[in-house]
Amino acid sequence: MTTSETDVIDALVGIAPGSPLDAVRARRPAARTHAQASYRALLTPAEPGDFTIAERFAVAAYVAGLHREAATAAHYAAGLAVHGGAALAATVEQAVAETRAEGPKGRYPAGPLSVEDTEPPAFALSTPVAAALGPKLAAALAHAHYLVFHPRDAAPERFQPLYAAGWTADTIVSLSQLVSFLAFQIRVVAGLAVLRAAG
Amino acid sequence: MTTSPNAPVVFTRDQLDWLPWVEPVAEEALTPRQVEALVDAARAKSPYFRLLARDPDALEHRTRTDKDIFYNTDAGAPRADRELAAAAVSRFNGCIYCASVHARFAATYAKREADVDRLLVEGVGADLGEHWNAVVAAAVALTSIPMTFGPEHVARLRAVGMDDLAIADVIQSAAFFNWANRLMLSLGEPAAKG
Repeated sequence: MTTSETDVIDALVGIAPGSPLDAVRARRPAARTHAQASYRALLTPAEPGDFTIAERFAVAAYVAGLHREAATAAHYAAGLAVHGGAALAATVEQAVAETRAEGPKGRYPAGPLSVEDTEPPAFALSTPVAAALGPKLAAALAHAHYLVFHPRDAAPERFQPLYAAGWTADTIVSLSQLVSFLAFQIRVVAGLAVLRAAG
Repeated sequence: MTTSPNAPVVFTRDQLDWLPWVEPVAEEALTPRQVEALVDAARAKSPYFRLLARDPDALEHRTRTDKDIFYNTDAGAPRADRELAAAAVSRFNGCIYCASVHARFAATYAKREADVDRLLVEGVGADLGEHWNAVVAAAVALTSIPMTFGPEHVARLRAVGMDDLAIADVIQSAAFFNWANRLMLSLGEPAAKG
């Protein structure tokens, strides 16, 4: 940890030192520090193990792209270009374009809530995009798509394609944390940006 | 979808169990770093936290973020409003387990059991009075993809007396449950206490 490290949420919202929102964030200092530490732990861990930094940024760029929040999407697309290369960044951008959807959707356990069931959005990558991603990342993006848009369609069978593509219990936890953390970070940025603009 | 015969099929304030679909770290196998990452030692009894302990750094920072957003009582939104935002997001995303926990907290802190139950039964369109309606509307707008949270939500929260710290608390509480719901929903399932 370095004191000069940029706080990603502050940077993406445009929170300047000494501004009113800087003061607001300073009242929840642990949330601010540990949101940033979560970013570091999930995107640039010292020991990434079997979930490489390039793969982490690929998943992040995909998830951020699906949320359609320009500043955050640009941040992770740039990070992916640095850590995974321009070709992978272009592939992930294409994957976003092919699978963009709306949420939250999905089905409930059969019963009184079934009247609220909605059709889950499809996930289908074109053959060239799937081939360029390779099986491990393609499986990760499929899982991320479900977590982003229709997490209530949860089922234990959803881990089988991940295990088959080389994911392990440990890396499945890290992948799940990464996608879920981004669902948080993207919304904090979006919400605080509106609050900042409201003056 | 579900594998447990005791899986709840409605939203409830009842205490539920949570059953993992990926093997947690066994309590006796937790490393010192994993124990530290639990933050509260008592969480070694929880299969959910022992599962997340497979990535201890992610777990520890998740937990410390969570605690400050919900438990830091230095001004801002009342605890009941933060819990309401958590319950509303959980209701909207469809996390029966998360909704049960935070509906209980919201009902306890606000002493408004009937309103919380209306949220659980009717969903995020339930009429809970303008203050809570404004909180729920903001939480839902931040949860939808694409997000629809805009200046009208900020204006509505200000109109019920919230300052910017309180509004930031609502934003962070709603955002955090988009994190928590996805972990609890996807890594296991709720079950009625046997």
